[in-house]
Amino acid sequence: MTDLTNLTVAQIRDGHRAGNFSAVEVAEAFNANVAGAKALNAFIVETPDHALAAAKAADADRAAGTLKPLSGVPIGMKDLFATNGVQTTAASHMLEGFVPRYESTVSQKLWDAGAGMLGKLNLDQFAMGSSNETSYFGNVISPWKRNDGGNAALAPGGSSGGSSSAIAARLCPAATGTDTGGSIRQPAAFTGISGIKPTYGRCSRWGIVAFASSLDQAGPMARDVRDCAIMLENMAGFDPKDATSLNLPVPDWEAALSSDLKGKTVGIPKEYRLEGIDPDIDAMWDAGIAMLKDAGAEVAQISLPHTKYALPAYYIIAPAEASSNLARYDGVRYGLRDLPQGAGLQDMYAATRADGFGPEVKRRIMIGTYVLSAGFYDAYYTQAQKVRTLIARDFEAAFASCDVILAPTAPSAAFGLGEKTADPLAMYLNDVFAVPASLAGLPAMSVPAALNREGLPLGLQIIGKAFDEQGVLNAGLAIEERAGFTARAEKWW
Amino acid sequence: MSDYRIKGETGEWEVVIGLEVHAQVTSNAKLFSGAATAFGAEPNTQVSLVDAAMPGMLPVPNRECIRQAVRTGMAIDAQINKWSRFDRKNYFYADLPQGYQISQLYHPLVGEGSLTIEADEKAGLPEAKRIGIERIHVEQDAGKLMHDQHPTMSYVDLNRSGVALMEIVSRPDMRSPAEAGAYVRKLRSILRYVGSCDGNMEEGSMRADVNVSVRKPGDEFGTRTETKNVNSVRFVMAVIEGEAKRQVELIESGGTVVQETRLYDPDRGETRSMRSKEDAHDYRYFPDPDLLPLELDDAFLAECRESLPELPDAKRARYLSEGISAYNADVLTAEVEAARWFDALLEAGAKPVAAANWVTSELFGALNRLGKDISESPVSPAQAAELLGLVADGTISGTIAKQVFEKMLESGDAAGVIVERDGLKQTSDTGAIEAEIAKILTANADKVEQYKGGKEGLFGFFVGQTMKAMQGKANPQVVNELLKKALG
Repeated sequence: MTDLTNLTVAQIRDGHRAGNFSAVEVAEAFNANVAGAKALNAFIVETPDHALAAAKAADADRAAGTLKPLSGVPIGMKDLFATNGVQTTAASHMLEGFVPRYESTVSQKLWDAGAGMLGKLNLDQFAMGSSNETSYFGNVISPWKRNDGGNAALAPGGSSGGSSSAIAARLCPAATGTDTGGSIRQPAAFTGISGIKPTYGRCSRWGIVAFASSLDQAGPMARDVRDCAIMLENMAGFDPKDATSLNLPVPDWEAALSSDLKGKTVGIPKEYRLEGIDPDIDAMWDAGIAMLKDAGAEVAQISLPHTKYALPAYYIIAPAEASSNLARYDGVRYGLRDLPQGAGLQDMYAATRADGFGPEVKRRIMIGTYVLSAGFYDAYYTQAQKVRTLIARDFEAAFASCDVILAPTAPSAAFGLGEKTADPLAMYLNDVFAVPASLAGLPAMSVPAALNREGLPLGLQIIGKAFDEQGVLNAGLAIEERAGFTARAEKWW
Repeated sequence: MSDYRIKGETGEWEVVIGLEVHAQVTSNAKLFSGAATAFGAEPNTQVSLVDAAMPGMLPVPNRECIRQAVRTGMAIDAQINKWSRFDRKNYFYADLPQGYQISQLYHPLVGEGSLTIEADEKAGLPEAKRIGIERIHVEQDAGKLMHDQHPTMSYVDLNRSGVALMEIVSRPDMRSPAEAGAYVRKLRSILRYVGSCDGNMEEGSMRADVNVSVRKPGDEFGTRTETKNVNSVRFVMAVIEGEAKRQVELIESGGTVVQETRLYDPDRGETRSMRSKEDAHDYRYFPDPDLLPLELDDAFLAECRESLPELPDAKRARYLSEGISAYNADVLTAEVEAARWFDALLEAGAKPVAAANWVTSELFGALNRLGKDISESPVSPAQAAELLGLVADGTISGTIAKQVFEKMLESGDAAGVIVERDGLKQTSDTGAIEAEIAKILTANADKVEQYKGGKEGLFGFFVGQTMKAMQGKANPQVVNELLKKALG
């Protein structure tokens, strides 16, 4: 019998529908993989019962002929999504033990579509990080190893590192992620999987612990492009509870998947050619261009002139919003409360927040507080907002002459845990290719394209026009079909 | 111009006043959540996940609150901004769950407008005056701390957290406590007409931050202080009076006024410093990224405008044009309920001048005695119109009308029924009246002599006696005529 955990979402769905296996068998197989992968530390909470209950319902629905789009598919849930009755922490001590009595819109949609939950996935604390080394619940380890014979533990990327690691290690066929400045795409690239950040507003933010509201966007991570399309269809949709939600119908992305790119033009932004970048990255990029040509696309050189200002602008806007969004964690109503003997309100705030937040979260709160302060606001925040507008205009102008943009997802392959923790700036540079699309609110995805000379996966990024997830998915599919990326991490855990 | 002056040792000082009035928007739900807003509910029973700032919760603007603020803006002839935006005002406090208040600093919903306070000699307002209003913005209220529930801890009640407030910011156009008092009363009246705020200052639905500075007449503005959360017209006036005196004394004794926030202590009748500008929070205002800019379309604005009732100034002008006295017009228009009641009375056919006199004296007097609001009046406008109609057509006299009204209040019966049943109809039966007159003149022969001798003031005595004898039911005009004839 095939190992059910090797199946994709589409294969599980179709195989279950055809009666090749039961949903309970699928859930049990994944539950077993989850239970056997503690070394990866991908989960903060495991919820095998949730997965089993959904599986039983799926099997009953099959018998009754009332199958749903994701019946029988167990998934992982990034621990940034509030889940009713299941601890939700944002990987922070601040929310350790916090059990919401409400369900995020996105997770509710997935449950309504028949999916079950294998567990809550680890992440960078409050989604702040690019290596999953800022979680209060410990680092997530990538299943991948370099081919140098060494045994260095590698970063699964961040902030959705639990999601990427779990999918790459076959602990779940798909998972939710959130992307503020690359947190879906970069971990996908690091672990040889796919992930898409849809247009800002496609997925409701209601019930997702906020990092930077104007940038945060949920999206799926999975092993291939089709699975991303299936998942996204069941996550997206207008939500009156989110004032920034897009009031647009959700297209049938899966049905319209096509890797025939005839008549499409792919833009290649010259500003993404960085001096001194790993030659493997550029080589992969060039190979990707050839693949899209092969799929029938025209290639156009384009310019996104303000790209170099994107990262600094992002690291002003995101911390500014975060500094305000995280003010609610004050020890008054829920979560951690440190109330030293005889302490007053201010003492409680100080003790609670000093203890509850990790160093990276504190760093960003301080940066954000600083850039919003009287006297600095115009120099930083206002200026960064202007840059953001210019970057959005860059894309608009570029999309006059192309349909999608192709670029690397990240400037390097996965790095070793601890290699960049001493230098926050080096860590922030990881987001250099991901951040512009975030600032412009555009759909963007990463698909695995190649292995580098160390045997580690590299991802290509496709950026699309606003609302054109289909164009992004189709280009992704064209690469996926041609790259023939079948490599997977050898099991060591 | 106000001639209100503080007399200091170095001469006279003028007071400059600006008010920021926080008015709770009348709506069933909060500004950004669906939670209820009723006053006086058990603590923490009107709190949604959004109001408690649970992780992942998002604000969604309540259209009704926006609508009420727009209508309010229209009622003060203000610029309505079709594009506005919400900003976050960041500070930590236990009654502020989000750690920020959603407000509008940079782009308020309502811009420049004004209202007019009427002349009122008795109150020290020699002439009507236009007071500029700089802006109205919409914002969230905070919760409430309760310090008396536990020996060492404070409790938090979030019922009020997230309730919609309009902050109505005046220009520094007022120059006396009386003007400020009149401004608050007029603003309250307009809000109640519009229905955007119940104006209930005791329940905290309306409170004012009072900005006061002093200067020698003609000088530049002085440094102002701001006294927060003053919750009655009387207190607003007291704060201004006390604060102006304090500032004058401070300056004249060589000190300087510092820009600071002060609190009013109604028990001691004085303000005290809360925090100075140096300790002022840096609120780190920035546009709320959870909310899109608020864009209003023409249809929405048209609906807002069409839904506005006749406002106090227009109503007052109409009453004046119908011959009602300025005093009565002021009294009748001050409270929207009274004005509505009076308009219903007119609609039921009562004559304006007589109706105005009757309402302001008879009805208000009776309600006062009964301790009732006009909305609880035992007599309806239609019933009152019938009563006034009986006076107007001569069926009963004004004196009898008072008796009938009393009986209406007691029994709830209609005026016509009472008049009929108790035989109170005014009589013009000259025979009956002449008979009584004859008796009276006979019984008071001495007075008749005096009258004829030139003491004409006695005529009233004869009228009174006749009316008494007729039990008030005689038509006074007929009595007059017959008496004149009888007395030759």
